Amino acid sequence: MYRYLAWTGVVVVLALVPFYLDGFWLQTGLFAMSAAIGAIGINLLTGATGQLSMGHAFFLAVGAYSYVFFSAEPTAKLSGLGLPTGVAVVLAVLTAGIAGGLFSPIAGRLKGAYLGIATFALIFGGQHVLFNAEHLTGGFNGRAVPELNLFGFSFGDTPSLIVLQVPFGTLERLWFLGLVLVALSMVFAQGVLKGRPGRAMNTIRDHEIAAGVMGVPVARYRAGVFVLSSMYGGLAGVLLALVFQRTVPEYFGVLLSLDYLAMIVIGGLGSVGGAVVGALFVSLLPQLLTKYSDAIPLVAVPGTPGGVSPAEAARILYGAAVVTVVLFLPGGLLGLFRKIRLRPPRLRLPLSTPSPSESRSPHVP
Amino acid sequence: MTTFVELLVNGLSIGAVYALIALGFVIIFKATEVVNFAHASLLLAGGYLVARLWPLIGFWAALLAGILAAALVAAAIEFLVIRRANVASHSVLAIVTIGVDIVLTTELTRQIGTDVLAMGDPWGSQVMRFGGVTIAETRIVALVTAALLITAFLLAFKYTGWGVAMRAAAEDAETASLMGIRLGRVSMSAWAVAGALAAVAALFLCVFPTPGLDRSTSLVALKAFPAAILGGLDSTTGALVGGLIIGVTESMMSGYQNDMAFLGRGIGDVAPFLVMLVILLIRPAGLFGTKELARV
Repeated sequence: MYRYLAWTGVVVVLALVPFYLDGFWLQTGLFAMSAAIGAIGINLLTGATGQLSMGHAFFLAVGAYSYVFFSAEPTAKLSGLGLPTGVAVVLAVLTAGIAGGLFSPIAGRLKGAYLGIATFALIFGGQHVLFNAEHLTGGFNGRAVPELNLFGFSFGDTPSLIVLQVPFGTLERLWFLGLVLVALSMVFAQGVLKGRPGRAMNTIRDHEIAAGVMGVPVARYRAGVFVLSSMYGGLAGVLLALVFQRTVPEYFGVLLSLDYLAMIVIGGLGSVGGAVVGALFVSLLPQLLTKYSDAIPLVAVPGTPGGVSPAEAARILYGAAVVTVVLFLPGGLLGLFRKIRLRPPRLRLPLSTPSPSESRSPHVP
Repeated sequence: MTTFVELLVNGLSIGAVYALIALGFVIIFKATEVVNFAHASLLLAGGYLVARLWPLIGFWAALLAGILAAALVAAAIEFLVIRRANVASHSVLAIVTIGVDIVLTTELTRQIGTDVLAMGDPWGSQVMRFGGVTIAETRIVALVTAALLITAFLLAFKYTGWGVAMRAAAEDAETASLMGIRLGRVSMSAWAVAGALAAVAALFLCVFPTPGLDRSTSLVALKAFPAAILGGLDSTTGALVGGLIIGVTESMMSGYQNDMAFLGRGIGDVAPFLVMLVILLIRPAGLFGTKELARV
């Protein structure tokens, strides 16, 4: 009961955001939503199945660029198919899945950190293609992203739309699309994790041989989860492209992949909620530091010499957060929330004997 | 033909440097089963110190300081982070090293800024000529130094007490510890040695013909990862062979890239990773890695 109330509250608050906050926060929020979708994908792979991937940024790139390719009208220099944008979104996600599938001979056979290093190849190979296949990707300068148009409703600035005296531009319209996409991604991933595939994935992570003995086709599952995770990456890439309105190759580098790994560790490995919490943390932190850099000690205002720039401070902070979480908070931030939430009922029932797992950690750090 | 020989020697030389990095990577993996993604930042730390200190205390002292500092940083990571993380899966430990890497690399690149730091090495841009073949002196020094260091390490690994302890711990940590081997000391020394090797490698990655140490040096160091993994993460021989393969591939692809223009600009930087993929397709555990056998 409280759960449903809480969820309704969250949804209402999120739906009200565009009516009160300005473009900066909407854009930040949309980046966080895109990150959340991508992080759910990589958490299925790394958190739930134990397969490390450094190549997630590649699949974001595939999603973003194939959306542009499928939806853009061809010009003299750049090719495109000019398909309806809704179709282009679906095709972009499928393309990311196919790209993941093409990698499956590797993704199915290698495990853990071996796969992690092998997927570096995706990043470097991918960037090479992005910079060189200029008729497809626009090369160094990237390509403009056509705005999305679903069933006659445009997710752009025109035609102008005013809801409750608030002008609804691209960001406001995309905000609601983003919310729907994040919700769908969460529900689907939750379904995967709670069901039969999720148990198989966790068994592969915990004991590969036991999984095989119980009849889980280990290689096929590994490859399958890799494909699923790359489709999530593709969807995140599409949303990112729509918000950015331009795709640039530099963005999809090693650092972005590392960010995604940081997100899931900080939020909590192996769960949908963890991925979302981590994505919020990692994508909001730099923006918060930038916005309030004049008020925070040690952080320099961008553009002034000396001191730590907000972007660098954010990277240092969440790098340190990764280490801290692993050392002191197994389960991540989500695990910490759960612990705090679990405490009151236990305090109210002093007569019940605590189970061994609970009595082991009586203090919440 | 002369171009080919030049490219081959340069490739072997840069390959030997990759082998140094990969060797450190393999030592850490053997001793602690951690895939150390912070290796590039160790390298950057060592190189940065050398570049900053040589105007003050001279090149050789600076090199020594850089090597010691990198070894110390590595040992500190092991002592403060790896030893204290009680996690079930080694993948998570690998991600912890990513966290360490993010912190170190961000701070170091911030310190470096947009500068290109010279290493102050005594070889400068001199070249040697053998017949018609021209080779930079730095490349020769790199090749010889790497060969000496690797030989010394392999001998130590085989014959000294430290080496025996390390191999025993890698083989069966529990038994080794019952035999009186201090596992903590073994793994810390493994990290320290790996850090020192990385610092030496940093020097040779940043000398002529490279302009110097800049913020992209850690990306160059990433090429040692494919070197380690295509040879097999748990094989010292593999690290050597992997390093040489990667070095020669890179050098050849960059040298002949005009003949392979259809592959696009900068194919030399990507080629190492493609070679790694091809080898992993055929041998998932790498060329010399032990195929994992499990008994249940």
